[in-house]
Amino acid sequence: MESVIEIRGLSFSYPETAAPALRDISLSIGQGSFVAVLGANGSGKSTLAKHLNAILVPSAGQVLVDGLDTAEEDNLLDIRRRVGMVFQNPDNQIVANVVEDDVAFAPENLGVPPEEIRRRVDSALRQVGMYELRMHAPHLLSGGQKQRVAIAGILAMEPDVLVLDEPTAMLDPRGRREVMDTVESLCRERGITVVLITHHMEEAARADRVIVLAKGQVAMDGTPREIFPQAERLKALSLAVPDGTELIGRLNAAGMSLPMDALTDEECASVIWEGLCR
Amino acid sequence: MLKDITLGQYFPDDTPIHRLDPRTKLILTVVYIAALFMVGSVGGYVLTALWLAAAAHVSHIKPKALFKGLRPLIFLMVFTAIINLFFTSGEDYLLHWRFIKITYTGLKNAVVMVVRVMLLVSGTFMLTYTTSPLSITDGLERLLSPLKKLHVPVYELSLMMSIALRFIPTLIEETDRIMSAQKARGADLETGSLVERAKALLPLLIPLFVSAFRRADELALAMECRCYNGGEGRTRMKQLRMERRDAVALLLGAALVAGVLVLGRLGL
Repeated sequence: MESVIEIRGLSFSYPETAAPALRDISLSIGQGSFVAVLGANGSGKSTLAKHLNAILVPSAGQVLVDGLDTAEEDNLLDIRRRVGMVFQNPDNQIVANVVEDDVAFAPENLGVPPEEIRRRVDSALRQVGMYELRMHAPHLLSGGQKQRVAIAGILAMEPDVLVLDEPTAMLDPRGRREVMDTVESLCRERGITVVLITHHMEEAARADRVIVLAKGQVAMDGTPREIFPQAERLKALSLAVPDGTELIGRLNAAGMSLPMDALTDEECASVIWEGLCR
Repeated sequence: MLKDITLGQYFPDDTPIHRLDPRTKLILTVVYIAALFMVGSVGGYVLTALWLAAAAHVSHIKPKALFKGLRPLIFLMVFTAIINLFFTSGEDYLLHWRFIKITYTGLKNAVVMVVRVMLLVSGTFMLTYTTSPLSITDGLERLLSPLKKLHVPVYELSLMMSIALRFIPTLIEETDRIMSAQKARGADLETGSLVERAKALLPLLIPLFVSAFRRADELALAMECRCYNGGEGRTRMKQLRMERRDAVALLLGAALVAGVLVLGRLGL
């Protein structure tokens, strides 16, 4: 798989703090992949996200987006156009009083011609399923809808990579599902590379690849099926394991011998069923 | 209770007046105010009122909505009326009882002032009722764009204004939330002397400001992520275009001024 983001030996310290937030991270993120970044509070996952579109630049090492170095000032707009970023609080990233005007903000900044902006705005709103509500005022929308508008605002730049920093942390379960379904379909159907920063295991389980950060370093890196069965290791990094994995782990401790690689509730149920039938 | 504030309230609809270019509506509002101050006769007020009523009728704005906007100004209007009523000097007494003197001129002035304030305020409300805040800032930006040559940051100013408008409902919601939180902790915001109540506002305002600063910080970051780099080289999705109805509306505005001047000259 061709990589869209290359991170080489990235280290970063915030000014006036002794311990570095990120230490010697090297990663390559493949074009069109869905990567989840997990980590306890203070593990450096948000700091890593901010390096992907040059909000922060490395203290040491390099971040390359499509071969463009984030440390070069001249690459700034090119990088930000390619790597869009969605934050936790949808209220604080919506600029305009009307949904479609907000989505138009980024292409307007980029100096895209008006007819082309119109086309991009309509297409972005359709991709997140908010086209019908394009004339609404953002403050009248639900949390999940606002977050989808924020995602559309990024899609209107036609980015290669979508970075989401805990996009569901402030949403109710329904909003969380709306946003996750949207994100997943953008990756699977539109081929957009997704980097999802999260602490929800159920969300990470939907990704192709899970990267676990601890104390500013990559602690684990693999597919969800490789990572989640390692329940003890995850707990040691103060992360919860998905409920299904937790349940199977306890059943095994009580004497059953079930495979540990079930991710979804359905898989978990069928694994237990088969175990009981044996 | 905080939700009742009708600051910049907009009634979305699709009438010819809603469709007017915001620049036209801004110019018309200025023309209307100017006309109101040029009125020199009863006929002039009638004409202005009719003009406003016609605009309200075409834009489906109910008279009730126009009067609702006047409610916060009732005190001001009553106050000016009383001042004019009792303190206008003159000899044409309508009532003279001990120290209370009411003159015909005073009565006339009082009525004229009240009518003028009512027409002025409801006229400007027509603008905000029929034009979204964003179009207003948009229109202002374009009307003022010649000032860019004098290095006035017109685009930045209009963006600031539209962001401020965008955050009013968000911050009102937040104030409500903080109020409930402080009340739950036993804060008393409603009783006590004026000084005590003002002091009670402090635990309300401090968290509100702290959170507003945090929001501003996050918003700035989100804007940077969306390639914001000032007004230079920016394009617009919605282009403003003057059409025939704008010309008609401006002509009607000119007719109002002319009518008011003629009626004043004739003394009707």
